[in-house]
Amino acid sequence: MQTTRDMDAPGTEKVNIRKSNSLAKHFKGTWQLYTLLLLPIIFLAVFNYYPMYGAIIAFKNYNIRAGILGSPWADNFGLANFIRFFGNYNFIECLRNTLWISVYTILVSFPCAIILALSLNYILNVRYKKAVQLVSYFPYFISTIILVGMINILFNTKTGAIGSIIYSITGTNVLASASAFPSLYVWSGIWQSVGFNAIIYMAALSGVDMQLHEAATVDGATIMQRIRHIDLPAIIPTAVILLILNVGGILNIGYEKVLAMQNPNNLSASEIISTYAYKIALVSSIPDFAYSTAIGLFQSGVGLVLLLVVNRISKGLTSESLW
Amino acid sequence: MKTRYCLQDRIFNIVNHTLLAVFLLAVMYPFIYLISCSFSSGDALMTGKVKILPVEPTLLGYKTVFAYGPIWTGYLNSLIYMVSGTIVSVVLTIMASYPLSRDDIKGKKLFMGYFLFTMMFNGGLVPTYLLVKQLHMIDTIWAIILPTALSAYNVIVARTFYRQNIPLELLEASRLDGCDDFRFLLKIVIPLSKPIIAVISLWVAVALWNSYFSALIYLHSEEKYPLQLILRGILIMGSTDLSQSGVDPEIRLRNQYLGEMLKYGTIVVSSLPLMILYPFVQKYFVKGVMIGSVKG
Repeated sequence: MQTTRDMDAPGTEKVNIRKSNSLAKHFKGTWQLYTLLLLPIIFLAVFNYYPMYGAIIAFKNYNIRAGILGSPWADNFGLANFIRFFGNYNFIECLRNTLWISVYTILVSFPCAIILALSLNYILNVRYKKAVQLVSYFPYFISTIILVGMINILFNTKTGAIGSIIYSITGTNVLASASAFPSLYVWSGIWQSVGFNAIIYMAALSGVDMQLHEAATVDGATIMQRIRHIDLPAIIPTAVILLILNVGGILNIGYEKVLAMQNPNNLSASEIISTYAYKIALVSSIPDFAYSTAIGLFQSGVGLVLLLVVNRISKGLTSESLW
Repeated sequence: MKTRYCLQDRIFNIVNHTLLAVFLLAVMYPFIYLISCSFSSGDALMTGKVKILPVEPTLLGYKTVFAYGPIWTGYLNSLIYMVSGTIVSVVLTIMASYPLSRDDIKGKKLFMGYFLFTMMFNGGLVPTYLLVKQLHMIDTIWAIILPTALSAYNVIVARTFYRQNIPLELLEASRLDGCDDFRFLLKIVIPLSKPIIAVISLWVAVALWNSYFSALIYLHSEEKYPLQLILRGILIMGSTDLSQSGVDPEIRLRNQYLGEMLKYGTIVVSSLPLMILYPFVQKYFVKGVMIGSVKG
């Protein structure tokens, strides 16, 4: 990279003298790069930025014939849809469910992935270690539908291998229980992705200087002490970055899985903001696009603010930041 | 290196090995259980007799799966969506990421911001749905592959790869030989970036193969359903209509639990492509996590 700058140096001097001329020269040399960028930029404009513009229907009394611009503004300075959502009794329930599932996931998945990585790190038999890793990634590849299908089969109270045992001991049907839903969702998620999530910590651990471990061993440190004072500090930067990303996405739960796991019996714990918005717009017999958009916009907006705030806090505390 | 462990460390090792063994069993058990179930008879399944090994072994479950038409149309559709979606996505990702990896374009920060912002904020479900509707893509393959084809995250990962792996000397040398940027990208960059193309193709392909939500909202005709939507019907909605399938009516009458047996068989059959490909592709997945973890 340094070399181009050196080569370009005489050129940049000319910029000051005859700017327009050298700009033309710049484009003559690199127009192909801009051409390549053109299609992706148009693509994002259509499929990402146009929907952002379309989201202004959240502030309108949208009707499909009048279109986005033609529809009249909603009452209360355009905020009627938001006020309706905040006043709805579903709002508190959806928000509570969303937050609880997210926080529960973060609380469990971080320690689990780190513990698995540390545990594998102290397995000296390389073949065994490789084998465990290979097996642990595997569930990551199966689809949401198959995962939920497997849950339904395994936890069936009559025929399922796990469900029948739970049913005979506690008498609860895990699949139809609202109080069991968060745990079922979170732990099946751990089962599916803990091996994969551990990869990144394994990488951080493999970067630790072996001499540190040797020196500590010579000084009589136990494995637990080495984990505490050598391995954990090596993992923390990675963990912080991942935590920022996770907290930023705290309202964006994988709704595909939640939707597939929902049934009338667990709905009071499994209705999250995304699935609620989806039902209002696309399942309900009287679809309300503007209301659903407002709910979606609330979710994206909170996500964006959270991401910025957490990133700022982390920058102040640990100097780890996303950008 | 021969280490002599102190008592604490020996306890640590024992606990560690035990926990890892338990973990290994916990990961493998559901798979073993389902495979055994898929080879068991309907009566054994319905009475919950299967624990680890198949009970009253039979191939009837698989025969039903193979005779059940919708699964195979779904298979074919998924394959088409996956292949075409992956191609579109990879081409777009390369077109975006290579120029952004170069230091000699102007306004790079602006372009990067334009891409990054799509990762942090989105218009949401309904505006996207209305757009797809406006473009008349409802109930077509385009609704499945286009809206999610270009992900800023993949662009950044690919860009990081180019910055680290395509030496500038190469560009300068080929410039001296009269090679322009298009040619350089096609003849030199792409052949050199096989690992990253493999990683991104894999991410996109697996995501396309596994997702059902976009098909659920955008596709209406059943003959266009991807496999996951068919599976959703069989496994979750329990809406299996065996009379419409090619299963022999006599077998249907004799086995009242055929619908149940179908469930287990479909799980195994639909995961089979991944199970076979898995050992070959898993290293790319791991590689992808590593590249992705480098800040752009």
